[in-house]
Amino acid sequence: MSASESAVGSGQSADQGSDLIGAAPVERTDALEGADREEELFTVNMGPHHPATHGVLRLVVTLEGEVVKELRPIVGYVHTGIEKSCEDNSYWKVIPFVERMDYLSYFFNMEAFCGVVERLIDLEIPDRAKYLRVIHLELNRIHSHLVWMATTCIDLGAISMFWYGFRERDKVLDLFEMSAGQRMHTRYFQVGGVFEDIPRGFEAKLRSFLAEMPSRLDQYEAILDRNEIFLRRTKNVGIVSRERMLELGITGPLLRAAGEPWDLRRVSPSLAYGDFDFNIPIGTVGDGYDRYRVRMQEIRESLRIVEQALDGLPEGPHIADERKFVLPPRDELATSMEALIHHFKLVTEGYRVPPGEAYYAIESPRGELGCFVVADGSAKPARVHIRDPSFVNLQSLREMSLDGYVADLIQNVAMLDPILGGIDR
Amino acid sequence: MPDAPGLELIAQELNEGFEGAVTSTYFEHGQGALVIDPERVLDVLGWLRDTPGQEYRFLSSLHCADYMPGEPRFGVHYELLCMQRVERLGVKAAVPDPGDGELPQVDSCTNLFPTAEFHEREVYDFFGIVFRGHPDLRRILMPEDYEGWPLRRDFPIGGEPVLFTHNEVETPGWWE
Amino acid sequence: MEVERRKLRQLSPVDQPRSPDELRVRQLRARDLLRDELAGQDLERHVEERVLTTTLERAQNWARSNAMWPATFGLACCAIEMMSMVGARYDTARYGAEVFRASPRQADMLILSGRVAIKMAPVIRRIYDQMLEPKWVLAMGACSSSGGMFANYAVVQGADKFVPVDIHIPGCPPRPEALMHGILKLQRQIQGQPDLGWRQRYNAIGTEEWSRRPPAGELTPHTGDAPSVGPPGPNGGGLR
Repeated sequence: MSASESAVGSGQSADQGSDLIGAAPVERTDALEGADREEELFTVNMGPHHPATHGVLRLVVTLEGEVVKELRPIVGYVHTGIEKSCEDNSYWKVIPFVERMDYLSYFFNMEAFCGVVERLIDLEIPDRAKYLRVIHLELNRIHSHLVWMATTCIDLGAISMFWYGFRERDKVLDLFEMSAGQRMHTRYFQVGGVFEDIPRGFEAKLRSFLAEMPSRLDQYEAILDRNEIFLRRTKNVGIVSRERMLELGITGPLLRAAGEPWDLRRVSPSLAYGDFDFNIPIGTVGDGYDRYRVRMQEIRESLRIVEQALDGLPEGPHIADERKFVLPPRDELATSMEALIHHFKLVTEGYRVPPGEAYYAIESPRGELGCFVVADGSAKPARVHIRDPSFVNLQSLREMSLDGYVADLIQNVAMLDPILGGIDR
Repeated sequence: MPDAPGLELIAQELNEGFEGAVTSTYFEHGQGALVIDPERVLDVLGWLRDTPGQEYRFLSSLHCADYMPGEPRFGVHYELLCMQRVERLGVKAAVPDPGDGELPQVDSCTNLFPTAEFHEREVYDFFGIVFRGHPDLRRILMPEDYEGWPLRRDFPIGGEPVLFTHNEVETPGWWE
Repeated sequence: MEVERRKLRQLSPVDQPRSPDELRVRQLRARDLLRDELAGQDLERHVEERVLTTTLERAQNWARSNAMWPATFGLACCAIEMMSMVGARYDTARYGAEVFRASPRQADMLILSGRVAIKMAPVIRRIYDQMLEPKWVLAMGACSSSGGMFANYAVVQGADKFVPVDIHIPGCPPRPEALMHGILKLQRQIQGQPDLGWRQRYNAIGTEEWSRRPPAGELTPHTGDAPSVGPPGPNGGGLR
């Protein structure tokens, strides 16, 4: 594994930290007490530019040989000021900003924001919109887990999985392109429902995808499940106890792999999740292998949900009819004066949300994604804060990796599934 | 979510235990929140976490909002979650701005909820609220030597004028 | 969108026999060649048709452009589309980007895929400096070309504020095909046949130049013909 070579080769100096951008020298912490000799400790910077850090994550790692003795993640290298930009744009325009935060689960970001605004204005979305949202959310979950699988296996050395994962991912993106017009960052969810109804070939294409996907998953599992190298790398690596994870605020597949049966789709079902029959995969040990198995099984469960949603897709409007918040259908603009006025007001000024605050959380592929909005009665939100799961999950990296090898550190970062856009916002 | 009477009960019990901790409550859109005195943060959170019957042991999120020009200026929100009963409760510490360039201070709850470490660093980074007792309070998302508290309402949004014709006055002849 | 397509090299006449007589002539020449009987003019023409001669510089540019190895530099969402381009459906390996090198010393192309935060800008500059000549930079997506939708304190409004950018690729995120189009454009640029910008291609001026109004009296009313003007002159140009 070329991790240690590329860590040194990423261009940063490997001294005790005085030269590193924005870092104070490593303080003596409890973790370092047990180190044999201080001269043997070697602080390495796995810089923001590193092939294995899943984005621009910077890790300042203190090593004794190959054993990680202290670890400090430094983030902020893709901080985009999204929350500040949100305060400057009307609610409708905030949706694309918020989308680009956790850039692999863009539908979830949209759902968190639209959900909280719908809660603030007490708007009930029609059933068809709920089902369509669930279909797209679960497809996005499948997509996110496929990319996770692809990049994790590259980190572990199983490079072929990258091609397989992206092959399936392109099929999911084709579906998104059919319904929303764009592969990523589709701006498909709007407050009140979804932007447009699904086109005519969507269902057929989705069914063919659902038909072939389980066999593909079987192929992936055949490669990885009992692979000696994979087992050696992931078994009993990166274990953090369930209680410690709850203290650290970890949610998502990491928590479920540690054994806690917590999934917001089950405990507080929003949208139409209560209508579907699906299981929550739980792990036992909480090591890398469990995390892998939990995610693979979650893909299967998502396929089940999509199939049930597609079978039970109700007829009806795809967006609520509340003209104060939702654009009128375009064909009405030619005939109805009020529709024209509503359209004009909504597009130029945006809708006004009555003053209030709310917090709304959903289960994204990485954990609990929460959105907090403060509305002050104007057309722009006064504060938008996203509680990003990767940001909180990153706090467990240190506990996972201490007293393990550097190669296991790489694997822990991969199994953590961090998306730096979400961490840095 | 505890319903409105349940929320009032919680507020009452807290005020019995700690004088004047809860200043008000609000319940809207199905969610309840307590507004507390910022000096009593640890008392309130500790009570909510440890009292049998309450047991809000999971801190979902710790964030801040700048209510300028409303007073008190900052509201540090704690989103608590009780996993057994699946109930969420918001706790808002209304932190006033001391003025004169001084930074407001709140007690850090990292001893109660270790997850708050990164969250409090983020609040410090963006709003300048100092958390007393935090193990490692420094900027997390902005560069370490950045000056200013970006998410405060009086901090300008930044950026540059976009190259449109009506911005010509500011960016003349850019194509040359 | 391309208005003209340039052929990279002329197809050799050897590839396209025009008539059966010509084919017979060629067969006889080939027979003579094998019998070592071609000489003089015939031999010269034969060699000309089969051997490509060029300058060293053109050969070097051709080799460089067709084997550009990008550095693994994914910043944000565009990185996912860049990875998708490497995937099996849109395959960059057939265009020469065989591997993505992790070390900047071994890479010659830097694809800035994603928004450039102010904390990351010095890091990018350092990586760029570590790359060896010749090196090229592609600003992929709206965020690295111009700051994108994020006009705020945290995003550098365009990567060309601190690295020289060769090709800007619009999109948010650009489709993998758009990124490939950008890479191919860069290849043509390296080979010395850069694609024309729209100003040269349409012989036109834009609204920005137009806003710097020429002094009154030089304007002639628009007659409805296509404007035939060169690049804006010192007075700002105008319709003539």
